[in-house]
Amino acid sequence: MLYIFCPHCGSRSQNEFAYGGDATVKRPELNKEISDQEWNNFVYLRKSPRGKHLELWHHISGCRQWIKVERDTSTHEIFKTYRADELTE
Amino acid sequence: MSQDFRLDNIGMVNRNKKISFTFNGKKYFGYEGDTIASALIANGVHLVGRSFKYHRPRGFFGVGVDEPYAILQLERNNERDPNIRATEQEIFEGLEVKSVNCWPSVNFDIGAINNFLKMFFPAGFYYKTFMWPPSFWYKIYEPFIRMAAGFGEASIKHDKERYEHKYEYCDLLITGSGPSGLASAYAAAKNGARVILAEDKPRYGGSLLTSDVNIGNQTGAEWSEKIITELKSMSNVIVKNRSQVFGYYDHNMLVMSERISDHLPKTQKYMPKQRLWYIRAKEVLISSGSIERPLVFGNNDTPGVMLSSAAKEYMKVYGVLVGKKPLIFTNNDSGYETAIEFKKNGVNPLILDTRKEPFSDIITEAKNLGIEIKFSHVVVAAKGYKKVKSADIAKISDNKKDLSNIENIECDCICVSGFWTPSIHLASQSGNKSEFNEKIDAFIPKKSKQKENTIGSANGKFTLEETINEAFDKGYEVSNKITENNNKVSIPTVVEKKSSEHDKFWCVPLPKGKSYKRFLDFQNDVAVTDIELALREGFRSIEHVKRYTTLGMATDQGKTSNLNGLQLVSDIENKVVPQVGHTTFRPPYTPVSIGVIVGREVGKHSKPTRKSPMHEWHEKNNAVFVDAGVWLRPRYYKQGNETLFEASKREAKNVRKNVGICDVTTLGKIDVKGPDAAEFLNRVYTNAWLKLPVGKARYGVMLREDGIVMDDGTTTRISENHYHMTTTTAQAANVLSHLEYYLQLVWPELNVNVVSTTEQWAGAAIAGPNSRALLMKLFPNSDVSNEGLPFMGYKEGDLFGTPAKIYRISFSGELAYEVNVESDYGNFMWEKIIEVGKEFQIQPYGTEALSTLRIEMGHVAGSELDGRTIPHDASLEGLVSKKKDFIGKRSLSRSAFTKPDREKIVGVVPLDKTTSIPEGSYIVKDPKAKLPNPKLGHVSASCWSVEYDNPFSLAIIKDGKNMIGQKLFAMSPLKNKTIPVEIVSSHYVDPEGKRVRA
Ligand SMILES: [Zn+2]
Repeated sequence: MLYIFCPHCGSRSQNEFAYGGDATVKRPELNKEISDQEWNNFVYLRKSPRGKHLELWHHISGCRQWIKVERDTSTHEIFKTYRADELTE
Repeated sequence: MSQDFRLDNIGMVNRNKKISFTFNGKKYFGYEGDTIASALIANGVHLVGRSFKYHRPRGFFGVGVDEPYAILQLERNNERDPNIRATEQEIFEGLEVKSVNCWPSVNFDIGAINNFLKMFFPAGFYYKTFMWPPSFWYKIYEPFIRMAAGFGEASIKHDKERYEHKYEYCDLLITGSGPSGLASAYAAAKNGARVILAEDKPRYGGSLLTSDVNIGNQTGAEWSEKIITELKSMSNVIVKNRSQVFGYYDHNMLVMSERISDHLPKTQKYMPKQRLWYIRAKEVLISSGSIERPLVFGNNDTPGVMLSSAAKEYMKVYGVLVGKKPLIFTNNDSGYETAIEFKKNGVNPLILDTRKEPFSDIITEAKNLGIEIKFSHVVVAAKGYKKVKSADIAKISDNKKDLSNIENIECDCICVSGFWTPSIHLASQSGNKSEFNEKIDAFIPKKSKQKENTIGSANGKFTLEETINEAFDKGYEVSNKITENNNKVSIPTVVEKKSSEHDKFWCVPLPKGKSYKRFLDFQNDVAVTDIELALREGFRSIEHVKRYTTLGMATDQGKTSNLNGLQLVSDIENKVVPQVGHTTFRPPYTPVSIGVIVGREVGKHSKPTRKSPMHEWHEKNNAVFVDAGVWLRPRYYKQGNETLFEASKREAKNVRKNVGICDVTTLGKIDVKGPDAAEFLNRVYTNAWLKLPVGKARYGVMLREDGIVMDDGTTTRISENHYHMTTTTAQAANVLSHLEYYLQLVWPELNVNVVSTTEQWAGAAIAGPNSRALLMKLFPNSDVSNEGLPFMGYKEGDLFGTPAKIYRISFSGELAYEVNVESDYGNFMWEKIIEVGKEFQIQPYGTEALSTLRIEMGHVAGSELDGRTIPHDASLEGLVSKKKDFIGKRSLSRSAFTKPDREKIVGVVPLDKTTSIPEGSYIVKDPKAKLPNPKLGHVSASCWSVEYDNPFSLAIIKDGKNMIGQKLFAMSPLKNKTIPVEIVSSHYVDPEGKRVRA
């Protein structure tokens, strides 16, 4: 079980969190005209890299904040965690 | 029966407490502190089971977790506990155990015929023998294999024992209380670290209890007693015995199974049987020791052949002789320690040493004691079927290839030592890639992946001096990283005998003309010939050889067989062991009971049960409940002998005719607050929200980004910047996460907060033509007339002194209201409404009637909004704004969602007006069409229309809007029914929606 550092609460066990997928996806702006392909990429296409990945976790049984976690998907090493509003490196 | 093999003056069992137990129905005596193994051996019992494949007789091989043979089944209070290791289970008064894997009895086992049919049971025999004809598998092969194999029989009854879970955090977890564990724990604890020391056996000390050494002028046993006593007295230390750390998981999370009352005759009330510890450790020291390796020779699985270290431990810890005419067969000095212990207890052993002329202190000591030693000698084969009676021994040539001077000598046990294998399982589980150490012919951990270090003999340190020095240093070093106390304790001096080098020889060649089985894996019956065959058949990867032969795949995880298997493969392939590599170690290190993994999460504890504040009233009024997620909701209120069908019809009819009341507390409720709340709702819902006035409610539909309907519900503007959102019962939690996602990550610029208020409000829906008249009596001071409180209106009221919120919304399609009060007043509200409603013929209605009412009105719910439908499919397209953007809007213009024959919701009525249509039925044009019959759609919900008194269903079918009036068929292959139906509008009752606005 992972041990995830929540920037709001401190280090907590994985079972307090819900996984939220790829954090690098950016939702297209509202009212913006975009092609089917662009929209399709946003809705369905996700990178699933082996190695370093920025992903979302929701501290669902804690502060209920969404956070960004930089994790190695093969070793589970967590390099850094960010608040939702923090800029990632 | 007397304990013929019990020694008088040695051992740590409590001689003052005699304990009786039964094994295979026969009564035996032992002492407190005995294991089943030690007590049976004391009674001269060595035959305890049959082997897995050939059903050969099985005795005891080890003395602890490594035991591959003595797997028994424990029975108490009519409950069974299979897969118990006799070497670990302590005896208690009244204990009943029996052998497994043998039928009809351990002495006469029908399966032993496999032993004579062994040409049919080579490596991969399951794959080869039982393949054809396929029809034989289920009927003949599998039942036979199942009856003849297995390690016991699991009980199918509910396990009444109590199991617990515990979470613990520490600076340093140490796994094993041998010399390295004790020393490092002591050094770290004295340096202020919070330490957990775990020992799987009942007694602390590990090898110190059995080896002839001296630490700080004390014997090993005395020193360990002193250290453990001091550790126990320290507040920063947790010391646990009978506790096996069996798994090393990510981020230094280790899991330990503590056997709390397995050794006690009867557990006290609330005392758990076992406890599972989840331990998050900043650092881990693995001090799990090492396990002696077997030597391989003919019939080396005969009862009476066992590890020499086990024989020594039976003497020194339990005061039990494993034999009175022992043969010691060794390739290193460890066998000598066992021989000397026999000699000290008045038994004359014979040592066969594979080495030519070794010299060391301990060999000299053995010689001085007058112990007979034959160098360059090996055991060729054990003789005897159910117990060793003699052994064929021989001189072996210097190149270890040729045997000469074969002779038979009498013996009653053969104690083998093939040197030591470090227990690297936990290190390996943590991700540490081990490396082969030529000096000890075994793998040791290499580079730490997690915050872990392996010490002592688990790290290949086989002298006590090395071990103690390393452990004190590591204990200090690791703890100081955390505490920075710089408090170093002095290391005691160690006195031990020096050993000579071990012999790399481990497998005795077969004499000419003999075909003895030489076993590698004792639990899975894998012999040398099986590995040879697998390699001949082309298997190369050690992982494949393992799976094909099942080497190391039994419940002992190959603790005694892995390395010998690797050695054999590398010998045959002319490789060295590191080239062959080793298989992966996976948790658990030892078998763990399912009960302790599940813990307290059984029955009603497996998930919370949520009840509304009116639950007791429902119970008192004969409600029959149904699970709605984790909520319990009344399904119907039973009157007399009513069936579900009758009761729900009565309740629904009463809503249509008079007035009904339904508990709607379970609906999800979310407060949405902030100056941008309207803008946020406008983006979340498909319809327009910017112009909703205060005091008005609106029905809304929200989508996922892929255009699929996520949830629906009404949201009310309570004040300028405050909205009260409702969700379906099932989606409440998901909707909250969804809103938080958009507020925190996508549109953080919106000044809005959301919080769940589901538990803050108790809700009652009052529905039916009489509802307004009832409401007027409930709220005499409020104007609830059609003008004062119009459809989709909201106002606050005073319910006999209790503040209430009144929403004029309807799910039933009737004139209806929902009244909310704070949860604590929920029951008060309910009883008041029932009381006042009497004159209006009020009746409570449950979820079944609720369903009927919404289905015949064509209102969609979870069965239509099933994660596959877009608004159009549920006839909700009128709520989709064309002017503004919202979550999921862009998806709705994708071609699949806009094609002209897109599925749509319709009503379905059977032509005979009597046959109910099973939910899930397919709608088809031609019931006799060739299979697979092209389906137009499926029936999502069915009810008995109380308005028209005939069955009515909702279905979502292709081109639904053009199908109205068509005669089709509903087919349910599951119920084997084909029903001619007519497609009608989904709005079966009051299609203009007059009633809700009345
Ligand atoms: Zn948090």
